[in-house]
Amino acid sequence: MIEIRQLIKSFGKFRALDDISLSLKGHQAISLLGSNGSGKTTLIKSILGLVIPESGSISVNGKEVKHGYSYRADIGFMPQIGRYPDNMTIGQVINMVREMRSDVRAYDEDLIRDFGIEGLKNKVMRTLSGGTRQKVSACLAFLFNPGILILDEPTAGLDPLSSEILRAKISNEREKGKLILITSHVLSDLEGLASEVIYLQDGKLMFHRRVRDILESAGEEKLNKAVAKLMRSVSHGGEEK
Amino acid sequence: MRTIVKYIFLDLLRNKVVLVYAVILALLSFSLLNLDNNTAKGLLGLLNITLLFVPLISILFATIYFFNSIEFIELLLAQPVKRDKVLLAEYTGLATSLSIAYLLGIGLPVLLMAPGMPALILLITGLLLTLIFSALALLVFVLFKDKTKAIGASLVVALFFTLLFDGFLLTFIYSFNDYPIDKAVLGFIAFNPVDLARVLMLLQLDVAVLMGYSGALFKKFLGSAFGSFYSVCCLLIWVGIPLILSVRLFRRKDL
Repeated sequence: MIEIRQLIKSFGKFRALDDISLSLKGHQAISLLGSNGSGKTTLIKSILGLVIPESGSISVNGKEVKHGYSYRADIGFMPQIGRYPDNMTIGQVINMVREMRSDVRAYDEDLIRDFGIEGLKNKVMRTLSGGTRQKVSACLAFLFNPGILILDEPTAGLDPLSSEILRAKISNEREKGKLILITSHVLSDLEGLASEVIYLQDGKLMFHRRVRDILESAGEEKLNKAVAKLMRSVSHGGEEK
Repeated sequence: MRTIVKYIFLDLLRNKVVLVYAVILALLSFSLLNLDNNTAKGLLGLLNITLLFVPLISILFATIYFFNSIEFIELLLAQPVKRDKVLLAEYTGLATSLSIAYLLGIGLPVLLMAPGMPALILLITGLLLTLIFSALALLVFVLFKDKTKAIGASLVVALFFTLLFDGFLLTFIYSFNDYPIDKAVLGFIAFNPVDLARVLMLLQLDVAVLMGYSGALFKKFLGSAFGSFYSVCCLLIWVGIPLILSVRLFRRKDL
């Protein structure tokens, strides 16, 4: 569903993405790992067309990202920090996005219901806690039932209960054949959810492997231990694919 | 695009800064127009307030608003919409609300207490300045990545046009006053929207000769009608150019 070829992006002298090639398919929940500043967010923003790469190409469902914007109709995006205009209400934000997408008629309102957003409809964005804003962002990402979901640190500000609701939703959507790309630096949060792991370090792709393979080759039962082992071996032993 | 404009406008309608701006303008209008029986004097006072504060407040408020909307703009751009549209919608929503604040603050009192052609021209002047300095704020927003630097740049831009430019112009006139530079000065004025706005208004008030060099020049060379037309055209160009530049630069901007 997403094909990335030899993607390069620098900010000044700093190489944020260094020759990244990836092929991401449906039916997968992919965990995008890496320390702060490793290029995770830049990679996501490149897919969304928010960051314009110097060279390389990205195609989403066969459509080149740099040649238009219609491809974004099939992507739901949940940003790391959800900031909205201060005086808008939750209801207004949801209605606005709906009116922008007048082509879509069927909405996926599971999260709006499960998070109890309906009852907060008249709350002004300025007064909301970070967690509630995250919930609104999550609702918007899933609203149009897109085939690809890109979630940037989705569970960072959520309470355990809401986090569980979101996890259930993610795994549900994956079952339906969707591609879900999640960045996170807390691996345990996603254990049991991710089917593939992509690891970035200093803008370079260190590995992209299936969770099952990682577990097998490391001989561990816990994903975080196995990944930690793999990270260590990769940063000592050079690139491995 | 209309959807985004509508919701940004609804957001700003409840913004306290915009509200306070309108109220202060209204208080100033009422007090200045009540001060004297001569409404022309009151209008001149309001003109000076417009020329000094509208650029400063428009550009600063707009810059801060645009920077606070970055995450929101990203969210909008994740939808299948064109970058140009999102940026212009942000601008339109903001410029509309500031314009309405100005129209309510200055327009209502002026039309009630001193109706007539000069009042109308004052309102057009204020509106154009609002549009111009919001557009300049948009350009600053697109050019800078850092909010603090951008606010500094906006301050410099506003002060340059309201205060510094005239200083340079006077120095220029003073040092070359042995030469026939009148036409050159007319040309220079076109480079400052605040001067253009002042000229536009003074031509209407029939006090051009009293109100300084540039006004007298305009009256002498262009006459009232053509002078007004010329300055309105220049002011409209001042709205257009920053907008076009912003849209073009925004297409390549990393968010």
